[in-house]
Amino acid sequence: MRPFSLFLLLAMSAPAALPAPATAQSSTVILSTTTSTQDSGLLEVLVPMFEKQSGLSVKTISVGTGQALALAARGEADVTLAHAPALERKFVEDGKMLNRRLVMYNDFVIIGPEDDPARIKGTPKAVDALKKLAATGSRFVSRGDKSGTHALELALWKQAGIEPAAPWYIESGQGMGATLSIANDRRAYTITDRATFLAFQKRIALPILVEKDRPLLNIYSVMEVNPANGPRVNAAGGKALADWMLTPEVQGVIRTFGVDKYGQALFVPIAGKKDEDF
Amino acid sequence: MGLILDGVLQAFRLLLAGDPEVWRITLLSLRISATATLLALAVGIPAGTLLALARFPGRALVISLVNTGMGLPPVVVGLFVTIVLWRNGLLGALELLYTPTAMVLAQLVIAAPIVTGLTLAAVQQIPDRFRLQLLALGASRVQMTWVLIKEARLPMLAALMAGFGGVISEVGASMMVGGNIKGSTRVLTTATVLETGKGNFDVAIALSVILLAITFLVNWALTWIQQRRRV
Repeated sequence: MRPFSLFLLLAMSAPAALPAPATAQSSTVILSTTTSTQDSGLLEVLVPMFEKQSGLSVKTISVGTGQALALAARGEADVTLAHAPALERKFVEDGKMLNRRLVMYNDFVIIGPEDDPARIKGTPKAVDALKKLAATGSRFVSRGDKSGTHALELALWKQAGIEPAAPWYIESGQGMGATLSIANDRRAYTITDRATFLAFQKRIALPILVEKDRPLLNIYSVMEVNPANGPRVNAAGGKALADWMLTPEVQGVIRTFGVDKYGQALFVPIAGKKDEDF
Repeated sequence: MGLILDGVLQAFRLLLAGDPEVWRITLLSLRISATATLLALAVGIPAGTLLALARFPGRALVISLVNTGMGLPPVVVGLFVTIVLWRNGLLGALELLYTPTAMVLAQLVIAAPIVTGLTLAAVQQIPDRFRLQLLALGASRVQMTWVLIKEARLPMLAALMAGFGGVISEVGASMMVGGNIKGSTRVLTTATVLETGKGNFDVAIALSVILLAITFLVNWALTWIQQRRRV
């Protein structure tokens, strides 16, 4: 069958690309985490470092925080790095996640059109800014995807006593990058983490209007997966990765990450701190 | 428009500079999709030939199912393959999730109905009289089937192209079962999604251009083979 020779040729080397099923499961660690850690590029620095030092291989699954925790709760991951403290505490209380420890933080900012029709620029409290948006019916794009960013946004609306609704409230159902593009296109307001905002700054014409309010802190924690969640959880590997993230060496890497590209660090390391410290 | 042009230039730069990551992603895409297509041929050509020649109760239903399968949404395939491969799933013990093998599996499920359906059409378009003639000339059933498959090989190349085109361009299933892990399961389509998410639109466009170029080259080669024998 000569016509297929081209394909045969291509597929010849295929077996090399397909590693045998990992029988030594303890050598693989599945990290379920959020898209922001991946999109910022931080994990692409940290994961190879850990693999080299530990000899373990890491599979990073970047999804929304809600899904990252849900996967872990089913025993489909070994360790989770997330950023939705209230939700995380719930999973810890339910016994699904163990040993939650803070790793780092950055912050969220509220951005919007330059002419700022809702006049929120400089409002010290994020909640007050949202009240103004609702009162003026200004377009606001929400992630709407159960991500950590979405969870924080919903908490703020709740605090403001507002049930946001169409037509001014738009749910993108997509990641932060896509949501920023939609907000830019619709000349709408949105909440974004600072790291993604910096990555998109050149492409969007929405300046920061509200920042540095305590509820806008974006705290990342690492949690180990309870081995009781499933038959094949690699508890030792998960713990090794969690412990490693809190070592002074890694915390130092986090402290300077992003400086070369954005002129400022994207995350502040906080190993050893507690929720109450903020 | 400037952005697209930048992306095209970037594609050439990445390929010519031998960017190892881009090459790895490109080769992995080819390997996974070529393997899946080959397996789909192994399943689809016999299945399609059988469906074309055999007569059995429920045949119309099976053909309808195959035809529906030709438009199987990759994201649905991805979801089901993921659930089956989960640690707690039916095949969890194999630990295949988030590996290239899992991606081959999902792409096989996508491509097999396409190859089956088009093979069925290719074999069926051979006139009945030709078949009878073969039998009259004393051909055994096996010999007849073999001649029919050979006779249908050119339209079957279309099945090959459609199957390969379907899986190399597919993103939903690859993302879900592969996990888009750098150096292991990141392929052209999932890398494009990632780079778009990062705001690296020029890299995303460059990856798209590479994907289009590959699809074109493969189809061009196959079309050349297909048309050459016509002359």
